[in-house]
Parts: sequence; C-alpha cells; structure tokens
Amino acid sequence: MHAAIVVFPGSNREADVARALRLSGAKVSMVWHADTALPAGTDLAVLPGGFSYGDYLRCGAIAGRAAAMDAVRAHAARGGLVLGICNGFQILCESGLLPGVLMRNVDRRFICHRQTLRVERTDTRFARAYSAGQVIDVCVAHGEGNYFADPDTVARIEGEGRVAFRYCDEAGQTTVAANRNGSLNSIAGIYSEKANVLGMMPHPENFVEGLIGGTDGRGLFESLAA
Amino acid sequence: MKARITVTLKTGVLDPQGKAIEAALKSLGIAGIEGVRQGKVFDLEVAAADSASAQETLKAACEKLLANTVVENYAIEIA
Repeated sequence: MHAAIVVFPGSNREADVARALRLSGAKVSMVWHADTALPAGTDLAVLPGGFSYGDYLRCGAIAGRAAAMDAVRAHAARGGLVLGICNGFQILCESGLLPGVLMRNVDRRFICHRQTLRVERTDTRFARAYSAGQVIDVCVAHGEGNYFADPDTVARIEGEGRVAFRYCDEAGQTTVAANRNGSLNSIAGIYSEKANVLGMMPHPENFVEGLIGGTDGRGLFESLAA
Repeated sequence: MKARITVTLKTGVLDPQGKAIEAALKSLGIAGIEGVRQGKVFDLEVAAADSASAQETLKAACEKLLANTVVENYAIEIA
C-alpha cells in the first residue's frame, strides 16, 4: 500500500495520518497542493484534517480547486482509493468527489470530544477489518461537520448504501444527543458510488495506539493496508 | 467595470450563524427583527468589453468557486 498525503497550506493532521498509515504497514509520501501529479504507484490519496486556506470562503472551497486535486480526481476516476478526514471530507465535497456539503455545526460550537460511530458497511477497502454494526470509539474536532444535502441526494446515498459511519451512542443507537453537529441522518462519513472514495468527519488516526487512549481507529488503516 | 456578487443561503437551509445574530440583536434590545440570514458580498473589478461578457465571467466565478450551489444562491450586479 502506497499512500500519498496531499498537504495544503493550513493542513495540520498530515503527520498523524502518516503515522497511522505507517503503523499499519503502508508506505507514505507527502504531496504538496501545487503538485500536478501523485507519485507513481499511489494506491491511496489522503486529504488530511486541518484548516486549509484558513477556512476562507467556505471550509475546503479553495483546497478543492487546488492543482493537486485534479490529480486526485483523475486517480479516483481510475478507481484509485481516496480518503478525506475532517477538512479532507469538506474538501472532497467541495471538489465534487462526494455529494453534499458540511455546514456549520447546529449549535454553532466547535466540538472536540470522544465520539462513538456505527460502522454501516464492512464490504469496502476502508472498513473490512471491522465487523458489521460495530460501534467504534474515536473522536471528532470540527466547527463545520453538519452534513447536508438536498432530499433527493440523501435518498440516493441511503438507497445505494453509501453511508460509511453514523454518529451513535455506546449501544449503537443513532440518537439526537449522539449527533452533536446536527448531520442529516446522523451521517459521519460517506462513500462515492464505487466506494473507492471515503469522506468522514471523525478522526480515526487519533486512536491507533493504546498509549493515546484507544485503538478503534486502527481498523480503518488496517483495512486499507491489508 | 465594477461588479457585486451576493451569495445567500437557499431557503430551507439551516443558518446557525443567522440564528445567533438574531438572538444577539434581541439581547441588545433591538425589537421587531423576525429573522436573520447571513450571506456574503464580493466586490469585483472585471476587465471586460461589455456587460454581457462580464456577466459570463462572473457567472463562471460563482459556479466554480464563489458559491456552493448545493446550499447557496448567488446574484450578480454589474455597475
């Protein structure tokens, strides 16, 4: 597994996701946003968390149009894997690789806390190390994570089984209280049509070592590296 | 020529910032405001031969970057 992490001005989680990928055995390179190509042999393009371009205009709006994103789009069109975490998810929506948009959290607060998620699918390259319906304990840290799309788009995503993760309580129930940013249908992450692109607001890369407080994020990186 | 682009949230899209501003106005004792929706204004200088070609340039700017048409509408005014 060769992963290329695209770094934008204002990205700040590239080192964490690189560490998580390496722990699972992946080879990692960094790609600058102005680069027009991904390294030869790239299996997975990663858009890390952070505040690309200071969240100017809209979160992910300027990064979504960066030169490197043309290369990421071409990679995705060839069936290559793409993972966007937090700001990376916002960038994927802004770039048109995933439908919908991440709006300001419903209570207007930046939220930063432990969060349980329900794994909705395990037949993908991103989640095959998890078990169906498994509740994983990771964390979230964002001000704009409120997933929104028009009703037709949401119906299509749901109908095609493209929800990757939902915010839930410890028992796996998608309650209003567990959906603190106000996302439609408690959506925490979605796949592209062919499930080769995943965007998610929570940070699995934060929980890959027991010393840091949890290892439930590891399944995602192990799924990819396997 | 000068142009102004106004980007606003579509009807039905939740605007937590507008809600917060509405509450702040109320707390300042400014009565009679029944709703606030926050948007963005862009003032642009356009080099174009006529307003039709400026309109075309500005429409591309809105569609490609300035507005996210999933949740936002835009309006173009050319001075």
